[in-house]
Amino acid sequence: MSEPSPVAGVVDTAEAVRAGEQRAEDVVAQHVARAKARADLNALLHLDEERALSAARAVDERRARGEALGALAGVPVVLKDNLCLDGVPTTCASRILEGYRPPYNADCVERLIAEDAVIIAKANMDEFAMGSSNENSAFGPVKNPWDLTRAPGGSSGGSAAATAAGIGAVALGSDTGGSVRQPGAFCGVVAIKPTYGRLSRYGLIAFASSLDQVGTMTRDVRDGARVLRVLAGHDKRDATSAVEPVPDYEAACAAPVSGLRVGVLRAALDQVEDPDVRAAFSAAEQSLRDAGCDIVDIELPHAHHGVSVYYLVATAEASSNLARFDGMRFGLRVTGDDLLSTYERTRAQGFGPEVKRRIMLGTYALSSGYYDAFYIKAQKVRTLMVQDYQRAFERCDAVLSPTAPTPAFGLGEKTGDPLAMYLADIFTLPPSLAGLPAMHVPVGLGQASGLPVGVQVTTPAFTEVRMLQLAAALEARSGYVCAPPALFGGAG
Amino acid sequence: MDDGKISSEQVRHVARLARLQLDDVEVEALRGQLDAILGYVAALDAVDVTALLPSFHAIPILSPLREDVATPGLTRERALAAAPASDGEGFAVPKVLEGA
Amino acid sequence: MARAYETVIGLEVHAQLKTATKLFCGCPTDYGAAPNTQVCPVCLGLPGALPVPNERAMELAAIAGLALGCDVRSESRFDRKNYFYPDLSKGYQISQFEHPLNLGGHLTFLVGDQEKTVGLTRIHVEEDAAKNLHGAGGGAATVVDFNRGGTPLIEIVSEPDLRSAVEAEAYLRKLRDVLMFLGVNDGNLEEGSFRCDANVSVRPVGQEEFGTRTEIKNINSFKFVRQAIDYEVSRQVGVLESGGRVVQETRGWNDVTGKTFSQRSKEDAHDYRYFPDPDLPPIVFGAERIEALRKAAPKLPEQLRAEWTSEWGLTPYDAEVLTGHPAIAAYFGEVAGALDAGGREPRAEAGKRAANFIQAEVLRDVKTSGLDATFSVPAADVAELLSRVQAGTLTGKQGKQVFSEMASSGEGAEAVIARLGVQAPISDTGALEGDIRAIIAANPAQHEQYKAGKTKVLGFFVGQVMRVTKGAADPATVNALLERLLQE
Ligand SMILES: [Zn+2]
Repeated sequence: MSEPSPVAGVVDTAEAVRAGEQRAEDVVAQHVARAKARADLNALLHLDEERALSAARAVDERRARGEALGALAGVPVVLKDNLCLDGVPTTCASRILEGYRPPYNADCVERLIAEDAVIIAKANMDEFAMGSSNENSAFGPVKNPWDLTRAPGGSSGGSAAATAAGIGAVALGSDTGGSVRQPGAFCGVVAIKPTYGRLSRYGLIAFASSLDQVGTMTRDVRDGARVLRVLAGHDKRDATSAVEPVPDYEAACAAPVSGLRVGVLRAALDQVEDPDVRAAFSAAEQSLRDAGCDIVDIELPHAHHGVSVYYLVATAEASSNLARFDGMRFGLRVTGDDLLSTYERTRAQGFGPEVKRRIMLGTYALSSGYYDAFYIKAQKVRTLMVQDYQRAFERCDAVLSPTAPTPAFGLGEKTGDPLAMYLADIFTLPPSLAGLPAMHVPVGLGQASGLPVGVQVTTPAFTEVRMLQLAAALEARSGYVCAPPALFGGAG
Repeated sequence: MDDGKISSEQVRHVARLARLQLDDVEVEALRGQLDAILGYVAALDAVDVTALLPSFHAIPILSPLREDVATPGLTRERALAAAPASDGEGFAVPKVLEGA
Repeated sequence: MARAYETVIGLEVHAQLKTATKLFCGCPTDYGAAPNTQVCPVCLGLPGALPVPNERAMELAAIAGLALGCDVRSESRFDRKNYFYPDLSKGYQISQFEHPLNLGGHLTFLVGDQEKTVGLTRIHVEEDAAKNLHGAGGGAATVVDFNRGGTPLIEIVSEPDLRSAVEAEAYLRKLRDVLMFLGVNDGNLEEGSFRCDANVSVRPVGQEEFGTRTEIKNINSFKFVRQAIDYEVSRQVGVLESGGRVVQETRGWNDVTGKTFSQRSKEDAHDYRYFPDPDLPPIVFGAERIEALRKAAPKLPEQLRAEWTSEWGLTPYDAEVLTGHPAIAAYFGEVAGALDAGGREPRAEAGKRAANFIQAEVLRDVKTSGLDATFSVPAADVAELLSRVQAGTLTGKQGKQVFSEMASSGEGAEAVIARLGVQAPISDTGALEGDIRAIIAANPAQHEQYKAGKTKVLGFFVGQVMRVTKGAADPATVNALLERLLQE
């Protein structure tokens, strides 16, 4: 059996605090101390020690008064810096929002607090969630806790690195085209992207509205399931949030998987060159077979168009979503000679190169004369991708694939070639475009690289239960424990 | 160079629509990068999408509309707190010329 | 001699929907609040905030569409219109571009005594912009107030079917009437809840194709619409007559100079990059829902006038006056309905009684502002008062006296009658006969005169009876009795 994770996770912490075996204040203090010790990772943009400790004390006091505590009692949480936290800097790792403090909480923040979780920090990220390496942060790249010369993945790189390094029992990220799953793969943590609409986007600063979902990063599957249950549900403030019942995801983690039909993209797999990724996939496939699953070969004939469709749809939506960053009501203003030049200078100086590139591409794709050829065309090909999955799910209950084509690549390795960077998302984009739940499950360390590797599980819309069931089975058979070498070394 | 997918002039026009000030070096760099990306996405040209509807959302969403009942908003102080400039009552912005 | 030109006008009316809250957030829509006190993260376009459509706004827009003969679509969609402006918080306006709620439709109205029908292109729903307050803060800057930002509007787009400024004004007045009666819009031009853009062009009479048009923006009174169009027509004719060409452009209206002026911006041509708002799923109104709205919609003035003249005994003039404002129409409806329900007289009599009294008494001091009207006495109280007159327990004259007292004191009819000691008219002939015989006997000279043919002295006797009965005698009964007894 696997050894326990060196740092207590969500469920263990919550149960210990609820039972009075541990004080929330102590838990939070330990996490804050680890956060300070691992400043070298640059995983956090804002650490709010005082606020976190006082919130933790409030939880302890409520227990002392005999009140029943919530499902996340005393659980320390790190939030990606694109989730609004009332009165606390929320910057999207962008100069244009430097110092901005939102006057309200995101829906998922309210739900966490209602279950007695304690938010301790805001995590670094690719600026406006645009990137796959966290090198697009205006406040410097995040380092991968498994190897400080490597990227943590992106865009939720800070959330992934913090979780792997034991800063927070859970980090929330956001996933538009793979932004929790790919960094989850790079940092060896469990990363869940729920069905589009499964939880509210209210207070998540938008990148691409038809794709964005808040996701969880935890050190094991059960922890992710518990947090998902807290976050899921309809929100009156988000017209795209679904009115669907919320099942007991945590219970699903213990359900047997025998008899489930698992689809494998054999043809796509043949194009993966990395030996560690190939080995991890084979091991995962075998362990599901051993667990009694039927493995079936499937095809998603249009999945290879994912990158093209995604970069047209997501940038088009982003070009409009980011128009509100105009220096008029909040954030940076660089005053010019007149209104026009104030707009142009503010946005030129406020946004980094990747954000500008995507705003440009998206504006072009929507502009007069190109709208049908690019934007509408991409949305129609997206329909084909949705239909691909509908057909595949007639033959299988879940799709198993690699999450990323390689383990964590080196910092600086791909920064010169935007297109090469975009191709790092090749496996995570199709589920996003189809709105499906998908998650990364670590299964071990690669023999060649020594870095974490794992697989992605995708299931039909609103069947997170089945996805978690399979993920838990994979996790249990892998024996993987999230324990980066530096976790207790160095300054720790 | 200008036989690519996008010209420098188009880059400038798009930058104006997006309210992004670009210098000549940036225009050329972006032209090259956008050219490469547009070259890549040109693969979509070959896909037959006849009779297909676009998927603006991948999953059909049926969520209730909002009841016409007031909910608490922000106080003026909170609303203006993050404003780069204000006169205490409203958001001060560079002069807007309306009409003559 | 100059050629003859024909004017071609199409109108785009922005009418604010009469909702309690904004189109996409729960902020109130009250007019006149202190700047930026009716705002929230959504209407300020703060990062992370999301829009959720107001159900009532969509219903009101559908009601307008149904009343104006539109095809109300079971599925409509919101799009983003992208452009940068300080009064636009998100960098885009949420509007309906490709799939509006209402398609087609028409409006019929009178120009003088000629009926005219103008086609509608569409009626779509969109959010209003904020307000730029100029000059505040020292004049160097513009100050923006987001209270109005996000208020729900419908834009009613007409076909270019109008041929003169007079027609345009008649169309607008009629449209405003209809929207007010539906309770969709308060018709308040001064507060900007009913605004008009006019697309104007001219062409030589007989020419098929339209001339180049200009768009005059944001005209906020009927008079100015007429003046602006007339000015613009003569300007365009002048341009053409002097060999020039009309430039397609947006123009403003200056009500001080009485002229339109070019508003072409120095920026390049607009490219609004419309696309479906990914924050908003399609709006779905099923056939049943649309039918229910059709049934629940208030009646329009012409429907009311037809009913009131055929069933309720009103003259066309009375019906016209009483449908002049939705609140007055509702007032009449309540009073007449209550009198009719009493069953004391035929419906036409009850209608006439209510119409006469309301026009003579109630309308004297009614005040209207937008959709609101203040009446000095509530309709229910007037109905109660008139039912007493109807029952004969008050004379018509007493009714008016009591009403005037009710209006000034705010009391109900019963309280006023008790306080003033108003007596029910004595119409009991037995009770009056003794008094009258005594009065005749006491005035033999006048009696003789009457019998000699000087019937004028009847008035003298009436006066005596009234004095003796302290005015409580029913005049009709007194007259009839006197005429009989004086003959004896
Ligand atoms: Zn609001």
